[in-house]
Amino acid sequence: MNTLAQEMSDSNRILTISLFMVMVMVTIFITIQGGRKTSTATDFHSGGRGFSAWQNGFAVAGDYVSAASFLGIAGTIALYGYDGFLYSIGFLVAWLVALLLVAESLRNSGRFTVADALSYRMKQRPVRTAASIATLSISIFYLLAQMVGTGALVTLLLGIKEGETFLGMDAGAAKVVGIVVTGLLMVAYVAFGGMKGTTWVQIFQACVKIGLAFVLAILVLVHYNFNLSALLGDAANVSGQGAAFLEPGLRYGTEVAGDSLQTLWNKLDLISLGLALVLGTAGLPHVLIRFYTTPDGKTARKSVNWAIGLIGMFYLLTLVLGFGAAAMVGKDAIIAENPAGNSAAPQLSQVIGENIAGSTGGAIMLALIASAAFAAILSVVAGLIIACSSSLAHDLYNGVFKHGKASGKQEVVFAKFAAVGVGAVAVVIAVFAQDLNVAFLVALAFAVAASANLPTLLFSLFWKRFNTAGAVAGIYGGLISSIGLVIFSPTFSSTPTSLLGEGVDIAWFPLSNPGLVSIPLGLICAVVGTLMSSESNPDRFASMQVRAFTGAGAERASVH
Amino acid sequence: MTTTPEDNGPPTEVTDAEIAAMHDDPRFVELKRTLFRFTVPVLLAALAWYLVYVLLSAYARDFMGIVLFGNINLGLILGLSQFVVTFYVTWAYNRFTARKFDRQSAELREDIMSGGGK
Repeated sequence: MNTLAQEMSDSNRILTISLFMVMVMVTIFITIQGGRKTSTATDFHSGGRGFSAWQNGFAVAGDYVSAASFLGIAGTIALYGYDGFLYSIGFLVAWLVALLLVAESLRNSGRFTVADALSYRMKQRPVRTAASIATLSISIFYLLAQMVGTGALVTLLLGIKEGETFLGMDAGAAKVVGIVVTGLLMVAYVAFGGMKGTTWVQIFQACVKIGLAFVLAILVLVHYNFNLSALLGDAANVSGQGAAFLEPGLRYGTEVAGDSLQTLWNKLDLISLGLALVLGTAGLPHVLIRFYTTPDGKTARKSVNWAIGLIGMFYLLTLVLGFGAAAMVGKDAIIAENPAGNSAAPQLSQVIGENIAGSTGGAIMLALIASAAFAAILSVVAGLIIACSSSLAHDLYNGVFKHGKASGKQEVVFAKFAAVGVGAVAVVIAVFAQDLNVAFLVALAFAVAASANLPTLLFSLFWKRFNTAGAVAGIYGGLISSIGLVIFSPTFSSTPTSLLGEGVDIAWFPLSNPGLVSIPLGLICAVVGTLMSSESNPDRFASMQVRAFTGAGAERASVH
Repeated sequence: MTTTPEDNGPPTEVTDAEIAAMHDDPRFVELKRTLFRFTVPVLLAALAWYLVYVLLSAYARDFMGIVLFGNINLGLILGLSQFVVTFYVTWAYNRFTARKFDRQSAELREDIMSGGGK
């Protein structure tokens, strides 16, 4: 088997970079087009609310399908078989919560941010502050995971190994350049394009990444004459694991012989991860604020139909890509390239391309899949930046500091500076953290979303008694317990793969995923906080529910 | 009943009190009941099926490994069933809203916006 580096001549790298440049130019053009019509706060935060169901559905898919999904799940399946599939399933089923409970009601009762809906019948400042802190925490954790991953991905996709140089850059320099370029692009999309520009960029990038994943998966299936059973059999044989490769247990909830306690923790950890995945999606701010870009609640709901179709299809494709890479590239070749397995899909594309048209074919396919991976990174980080900047400008700056009295124009100016600020901070942290194992940040973002955001969001829509104290307690309770438990988990200390290494041991909490404890804790905090306060506002609850279910008085699309 | 052409006319001014007044209207109570009767059991069932799947993955690996045909085992089929359930619920909710919810909800909205409800 060839490794990427052996095959990766400078001309192939230039092909990859050229395709990347084409994509950058298309997206910058889209951004400028979208940005020209962005003037009001509604334009900047919510893209003028004029996007149709299919448009927002594609943008949601662009927002949601990250490089971690694109490369990470395929890689996990390629290395550990069946267990990679568990992530895909949690990520997809989660959309039912968003569809059935959240999308339409949120669109009808809020304006720009998650805090709008949460604070609707509460005291504005404490709830907006708490909701904004939760939004920023979730989005920045997720953003850092993507940004650090970007550095590694750039060297991987350009095939720059330790000790090699390309255009005068060694692997370390290429990582930094990758992070900085990603940072510049995501800030440019948001600051110049606002939500309108960003949405069109995400629609375009969703087409690129899902389309190319589709083409690659079809080519794998053609190779196996559309016989899935034969593909799975080949994957199991090549893996050396046999039938176990097609069963759960190689990666998550592993059984440790002779250590029944550790086995118990591992299995609970798997359940904990499963819970955070399925309950987290409907609390992710960068996904939720996309619902405000549609003209009404019905369109927001219909856009989720599109999103579920696209995201579901994509995760079915990752199954084919993962097992395809296991069968056609092989575990050893993948690990030689990238121990985490992120190179599985790019290596698969190269092998497929070579089967069709020799080394040129391999280089072209590889460059295409690399572009798809870049598209996945850029569309997700742009969505995260806009979630941060909207919340900073609308919730903290205007809602908390200006008591809601700032003009829309002031809010937009502040949001643009906030986008630049958050982007700069993210780039700096990502550069310094690039050698740390930050993959846990994605699961942490989902755990915080599931523990702090979802319970309070549902209570504010459906529980009459719910009040300010409950919302504040629920958000901080879920947020602090998720982060706290991760700090005292094996993720942070006590094992060789921990963030602080083996030397430090403060890990008294045995699970890497906090959801199993932090989700109930967030719920309990919200309930106890509510009952301890006598505040109640039945009139606002009445108007919120009527708004949520009928759309009466909902924010309109802006007219241009 | 007056109808308001929502898409064309200027935004109708409506106060919070006028919106809140609809909350006790029997038609709104009925709308909520219709909605929750669909969403709550369906969502609980789908999430329960997901939880069963996660628990089987953790604790019933021999069961998941039962081969049905070729190299296709029960674990793969149950995993794919999660996709089928998600797609089916999406389709069913879409049908439910098209047949019942959207019409009832639009009727109440028009009532509130035209002030005809009270």
